[in-house]
Amino acid sequence: MVVRDLLKIEDLKVAVEGDLDLNVACGYMGDLLSVVMGYAEEESAWITIQSHVNIVAVAALRGVSAIIIAHGFEPDEDTVETAKDENITILTTPLNPFEIAKKLVEIGL
Amino acid sequence: MTFDYVVDPSEPERAGRASTKFKGVLKELGVSPKVIRALSIAMYEGEINMVIHANGGTIHCDVDSDKIRVIMADSGPGIPELDKAMQPGWSTASTEARELGFGAGMGLPNIKKWSDNLTVDTKVGVGTTLTMEFNLQ
Repeated sequence: MVVRDLLKIEDLKVAVEGDLDLNVACGYMGDLLSVVMGYAEEESAWITIQSHVNIVAVAALRGVSAIIIAHGFEPDEDTVETAKDENITILTTPLNPFEIAKKLVEIGL
Repeated sequence: MTFDYVVDPSEPERAGRASTKFKGVLKELGVSPKVIRALSIAMYEGEINMVIHANGGTIHCDVDSDKIRVIMADSGPGIPELDKAMQPGWSTASTEARELGFGAGMGLPNIKKWSDNLTVDTKVGVGTTLTMEFNLQ
């Protein structure tokens, strides 16, 4: 599946549209950036409640395909601008991390 | 070829700039994606450490034909218990740093994991220098 396929989930909104054709191979959930850096797989859809600009650096350096910010949190302005520069997709959802993870599984991730 | 960066501690939420810049340089030089990934993760962790623990620092990168050496030096507090700092999950980060998602106690363990060789030269009250090497072949 590619990032675009994630948008089948009605509870996901696009905050920053990066490369929607990037492959999504798996998911990862975490808010501690070094843990994400150490353990997230490449081509992950990464679910987090962090919304500050450093999530973009982590996603870019780790090769994450899309960031999903859960719980209704919105990315900071800085985060949006940097994600645009780095061509990283950021999606938001009002759902909690577990609920959005379930939805990802339901669509076949 | 050498590249130098200064890590500014004033905006912790923007840490990672140097790693992102050097990643771009390595891409242009045609370094393999595997090495770029390992190096950029290790360098990012070093950069975060400089910002949350050491009031910034400097980074010197040497690109040779067979390896890349990244030297990250700060004049911070030094690491009093290096053996503990090398253990995953052990951290002395502040509450503020933890709220940003830093301070998971994975910084030095991640650097060790992703580099081919790591030397930590640290002295309490003087500072810390990390020398990490990444093999190109």
